[in-house]
Amino acid sequence: MPSKKNNYKLMQGNEAVAQGAIDGGVRFFAGYPITPATEIAEILSNKLPEVGGKFIQMEDEIGSIAAIIGASIGGVKSLTATSGPGFSLMQENIGFACIAEIPIVIVNVMRGGPSTGLPTSPSQGDVMQARWGTHGDHPIIVLSASNVYQAYLLTIKAINFSEKYRNPVILLLDEVVAHMRARVLLPKKDEIEVLERIKPTVPPEWYVPYENNLTGVPPMAAFGDGYRYHVTGLVHDEKGFPTSKPDEVERGLRRIFEKIEKGFHEICMVKYHYLEDADFCIVAYGSVVLSSLSAIEELRKEGIKVGLLELNTLFPFPRFAFDKVLNFGIKGFLVPEMNLGQIYREVVRVTERKVPVKKFNKIYGELITPDEIIKEIKKF
Amino acid sequence: MLSNKQLLEKYLRHDKKFPHLWCPGCGNGTILHAILLAIDAIGLKKDEIAMISGIGCSGRTPVYVDFNTLHTTHGRAVAFATGLKLAKPSLHVIVVMGDGDASAIGGNHLIHACRRNIDMTAIIYNNSIYGMTGGQYSPTTPYHAKATTATHGNIERPFDLAELVKTAGATFVARSTTYHVRQLTNLIEKALLHKGFSVVEVITHCPTTFGRRNKMPDPVTMVKWEKEIAVPIEKAKNMKPEELEGKITTGILVEKELPEYCEQYEEIIRQRMKKAKRGTKK
Ligand SMILES: Cc1ncc(C[n+]2csc(CCOP(=O)(O)OP(=O)(O)O)c2C)c(N)n1
Ligand code: SF4
Repeated sequence: MPSKKNNYKLMQGNEAVAQGAIDGGVRFFAGYPITPATEIAEILSNKLPEVGGKFIQMEDEIGSIAAIIGASIGGVKSLTATSGPGFSLMQENIGFACIAEIPIVIVNVMRGGPSTGLPTSPSQGDVMQARWGTHGDHPIIVLSASNVYQAYLLTIKAINFSEKYRNPVILLLDEVVAHMRARVLLPKKDEIEVLERIKPTVPPEWYVPYENNLTGVPPMAAFGDGYRYHVTGLVHDEKGFPTSKPDEVERGLRRIFEKIEKGFHEICMVKYHYLEDADFCIVAYGSVVLSSLSAIEELRKEGIKVGLLELNTLFPFPRFAFDKVLNFGIKGFLVPEMNLGQIYREVVRVTERKVPVKKFNKIYGELITPDEIIKEIKKF
Repeated sequence: MLSNKQLLEKYLRHDKKFPHLWCPGCGNGTILHAILLAIDAIGLKKDEIAMISGIGCSGRTPVYVDFNTLHTTHGRAVAFATGLKLAKPSLHVIVVMGDGDASAIGGNHLIHACRRNIDMTAIIYNNSIYGMTGGQYSPTTPYHAKATTATHGNIERPFDLAELVKTAGATFVARSTTYHVRQLTNLIEKALLHKGFSVVEVITHCPTTFGRRNKMPDPVTMVKWEKEIAVPIEKAKNMKPEELEGKITTGILVEKELPEYCEQYEEIIRQRMKKAKRGTKK
């Protein structure tokens, strides 16, 4: 454990994202100002040039995501950050990155919605949009940070996953985590794992850009590196050329799901808090985790045995964690969320109501408090 | 100069199954030919060229050519190109777009790219119509012309694309047609050599979805129409506005030098990295 006091930093969630982006190797950011995500753009506009990176403020969020996809095709790790209205504008090109398998990271600091909604209030209303926002069946990875330190770590994870699986990764923050200030001890450079995308090693004439292999993730050449190939949003064959032949379409589309499934256990990150002896399990993500932990402390003082399943990965949904929790002998789940039950439905789906699953929802832009959670648990 | 056969041999993809998607008599092939001639005349290396398109008949251009090719979403080609160019400034970036692609759904990206002056070349295939979706009116469909969504005649006034990008700040603007192939090739060559954001608007013929509904059912009639409406800019300068009604000016409409975006950014990086280094030393 590093002991040097000056390694501690007081930082905001959005600052942690910006620092994570730089430490995770991001060297290109394109964005458009929007509360409560703007600080990420402001910080990176200032810091990226110091490490040889570039920032551009685009004309809108459609342009922003297009630009980061373009930069990633140029071989540079790329990220954008936005909030609800901007996230909606990005959806079409998220699908492009899924099918063309371009690594990108989208940070969405959620505000209350729909539409312009509640620009400065916390919400978790974009969970299902993150999963299903772009049209068509598509694979996606969605992470959620519960505190400032995690905002840093998960930004790096998001970058790593996007590069490793050649897929867009969405990192969700709620406004509380984004604007909360905390003293954090950032890991040293050599303690951070930073992954680089796999590049082709074969001679250009042998390169088949979308060929399947054991991992399901084909090596990716950058434009200009001597591998001339075609990238398209149309369904394509292994060479990257448009196809509508059923067998080629099926094979290509199946592969992009399978590559994520192969990484399922690595991608699905959860934390088990006080669950071994628990009678009830709270399922939480984002800032609700903090309230849940306080609630558990109080409840346990009263002798009520409650634990917490903290979700750091929302999609693919970490279903194995629920089997494990059920094996602890849990008698019921409580899913408190700042939306009308978007993860609640997933919990119902994977637990098949083997035990009661309850929800507690708030959609008026205020935090879920420990007291509210305590009250709900006592209703079991 | 290479013969046609040699040109195709050198620049078209051999592993892509032809025939192409374009209708017989479409102007898109003429534009692609001019682009390849210009590239060959300059001697650009295939590895260093990135060709980026949006969606439309025009958008299918890159799939046929042996460059680094990127077929993006409708209207967004310039924005993708912006990111790619910033990430890899050594690439020669060529963006090909349809008129709807460039100026309807993608109009915002286009004007901002003009303003930024990033070194790339945008070639707009202006066939006055939405070709791929079957002939709906576009921002460049002439006043009173017919389209599937304007069967009574278009009541929207069209954009003059070259004027639009000129006003938006493009540092090189040229216009030609698929009739004036030699001029077109020449202008594309100049655009590719220009440092900064260059635009070439090409008036092209779509007999299938535009001509057929507007009394120009075959390619020959359409190309003749292009010949009639084109007025070289040198000549247009001495003509009255009434005389230029219904005509288009051709040639180099703007050519100026302004600081290029990537170069300016590289300078910022140089200075900031130097400063950051000094900061860590003390
Ligand atoms: C977001 C979106 N809206 C609509 C379409 C359908 N669409 C495909 S091509 C096209 C118009 C193409 O016209 P233009 O850009 O002028 O190119 P052309 O086909 O004439 O070359 C449209 C509307 C689409 N692909 N994406
Ligand atoms: S519809 Fe028009 S623009 Fe499209 S390929 Fe046919 S002729 Fe060309």
